[in-house]
Amino acid sequence: METTKKKFNWRGLGVSLLVLYIVFLIGPIASLDVPSIVTAIKANPIQLIQFLIIGISNGAIIAIIALGYTMVYGIIELINFAHGDVYMIGVFTSLTVLSVTGTLDSKDPVKIALGLILALVVAVVVGAVLNASIERLAYRRLRNAPRLAPLISAIGMSFIIENLGLMWAAQAWLVPSFGTTGGASQKVFPDMLSVMFNSLGQDVNLLASSGLPLRFTIKDLLVIILAVSLMIGLYLFVQRTTLGKAMRATAQNRDAAKMLGIDIDWVITATFLIGGGLAGAAGLMAGLYNNTAWWFMGFRAGLQSFTAAVLGGIGNITGAMLGGFLIGLLASFSDGYLSTRWTNAWVFTVLVLILLFRPTGLLGEQTGQKA
Amino acid sequence: MTKRLFALLSVLVVASLALAACGTTPPAATEAPATEAPATQAPAATEPPAAGPVGTLKIVSSLPMTGSSLTQTQTIVNAMQLRLEQANYTACGGKYTLEYEAWDDASAALGKWDPAVETENANKAAADPAIVAYLGTFNSGAAKLSIPILNQAGPLTMISPANTNPGLTKADKDLPGVTDSYYPTGVRNYSRVVAADDIQGKVAANFVKSLGATTVYILDDNELYGKGVADVFEATAKEIGLTVLGHESIDPKAADYKALMTKISTSNNGAAPDAIYVGMVVDNNASQLLKDKVAIMGDNEKVKYVGPDGIQTQAFIDGAGADVAEGAYASVAGVPLDKLPPSGLQFVKDYEAKYGKLTEPYAVYGYETMNVALKAIEDVCAAGGDPADRAAVNTAVFAIKNFDGALGTWSFDANGDTSLTDMTFYQVQGGGYVSVGTFK
Repeated sequence: METTKKKFNWRGLGVSLLVLYIVFLIGPIASLDVPSIVTAIKANPIQLIQFLIIGISNGAIIAIIALGYTMVYGIIELINFAHGDVYMIGVFTSLTVLSVTGTLDSKDPVKIALGLILALVVAVVVGAVLNASIERLAYRRLRNAPRLAPLISAIGMSFIIENLGLMWAAQAWLVPSFGTTGGASQKVFPDMLSVMFNSLGQDVNLLASSGLPLRFTIKDLLVIILAVSLMIGLYLFVQRTTLGKAMRATAQNRDAAKMLGIDIDWVITATFLIGGGLAGAAGLMAGLYNNTAWWFMGFRAGLQSFTAAVLGGIGNITGAMLGGFLIGLLASFSDGYLSTRWTNAWVFTVLVLILLFRPTGLLGEQTGQKA
Repeated sequence: MTKRLFALLSVLVVASLALAACGTTPPAATEAPATEAPATQAPAATEPPAAGPVGTLKIVSSLPMTGSSLTQTQTIVNAMQLRLEQANYTACGGKYTLEYEAWDDASAALGKWDPAVETENANKAAADPAIVAYLGTFNSGAAKLSIPILNQAGPLTMISPANTNPGLTKADKDLPGVTDSYYPTGVRNYSRVVAADDIQGKVAANFVKSLGATTVYILDDNELYGKGVADVFEATAKEIGLTVLGHESIDPKAADYKALMTKISTSNNGAAPDAIYVGMVVDNNASQLLKDKVAIMGDNEKVKYVGPDGIQTQAFIDGAGADVAEGAYASVAGVPLDKLPPSGLQFVKDYEAKYGKLTEPYAVYGYETMNVALKAIEDVCAAGGDPADRAAVNTAVFAIKNFDGALGTWSFDANGDTSLTDMTFYQVQGGGYVSVGTFK
């Protein structure tokens, strides 16, 4: 957090030169063509708002997953690489619940609503239990081992869960819509929200009556509402409850917290439970929003969410939310005005730049002082 | 503070290295459940009365069997095994026992074909003297890596059931020397039983025009195959008077493409284009791309959606949902399964008797590659040569002319390309691909 004042900021100069270099030299290669972007915005200013909507909705999902990364990192300084895959399992869990309860074939709004709520609950529980089991099995024994050991262990868990997803997606007897094409292919996550609000199953555009060429569907609304309420809930939980206080204490100094009688193991398990539950919820949201279940989807989601957590300041819950929305917006604008192919490059360029100016992320790290 | 940042970044680097390293796990240890190669299935009792086998010849295939392409590659492997079973796993009148192994060139880390694994497969094949034919690859980008390795190993002949990038066999006038660089010894050792994309892309552009479209937006997955066919499409489209509104590569792992599709939806002076052409394989998020296209621009009747053979698979339809995929088009070299010549129809019958309903288009190509490999081995024997001699087998492959195979009667040219140039278009109707016409 603290920066020392110097007479002349050589580092700042260097960084500015680097920024100029990126913008002027790499920029054109990665289709950063400022005049054409300006023309595009002028020609269709309303589209800018559309990209904003898409960015916020995608960012909300990233933010929820990022919370899990940031909480775990804050408390045991481990990048839980398996977290993205817990989110993937959340997608498959909710899809299976919707299928087993017959919700997928239903047109009755009440039944769909109940099915979705049940799917949310089950996905949260499964995600939470899975994440906590991962901690118990793969990380707890390595808690005092060199830092790389649990990290590699996390990558291993990630592969195991990915393969679990691969097997799950092949179980057509469980979910008939998986079809006969095996576990590797992408599966449909039916657009239940649209069916719920519109018997034809078409997207419900809430801005249709405004006459503007904008789409803000019921899906966007629900994803944002759910994400924001989960974030606020988590923030209040960590700030206001006893367990939340214990978590903050453990994050600050594990040994001191232990001396004060805090059950460290339980606090860490609780952290993983909450993170996993959020990932499960994000799984249902993403399934409803993007309508895809795929064994590989956790990898990219995990990478983006982890980036979001670092961007906002790892260990910092508000920072993870901010980072998530920022990355969603960045990706959306890059897709819209630059080129999809370079979207990741721009996301990571911005990450590097922000870390250069603020090495601890936008809102600062919140991890323990080294004992 | 900076120290911590460095620690974090180095952790990231290590992590990515670790992930890359995981990508190089031996292909045998994958989770494709039904790909057990019957390597030990020796022709015990049914041995012809002639002398016992004097040697073992090994044939391997290298195809992506982790990822969405499995839907297609599994049928290819099945077909190859079927052909071997018909030959009783023997060659040259029982003098040689045939062994077959289905290798996977994909990795779980990438979820599709992995350059590291394909290179490893090629090196492994080069090092095993029993291997006389390498059947693969599925992806043109993978072929580019293994051709030079196998070229210097005998050369070991390589027969692909599915690679369609033209540059693998035919020199591109804009890229002089590239094709030749795949063959360091100067001897050609790569052939394919499928027509290349210089034909597929051209026919697709003409097809899009015949649908009544005048404007088209082109997307590709930035792989050798996908970008290759999209480039040919673009060049032809401009020639025949279609307006190309844009051509860009997508990020194949993105969660969604709503922003991209929003941009495309106004690319035609504020309106959507008449058609979208996508050069990609199904592994590269093809279903998601279509889903977001339909969500933003409406069904495939309004804005036509056309792709190459990489998306002509049931996995593409299942991934997008039958109602979303309805009306999308895809082209595949060759004729529809029910229009195959008698030997091809017989194959379909035998295949369905053993493995169930066949809808994937590439099984018959897999069958044909094994056909070619066996024919070459038999030809070497018939000429009194040694079928364990890789160079002799390779020469015999290129000597195949007027071959009466499951695809029809065809020949290889000097580049290893087939003389068959039919291209069939399929449309998704009621949750499955239905052929709508064959073009040249």
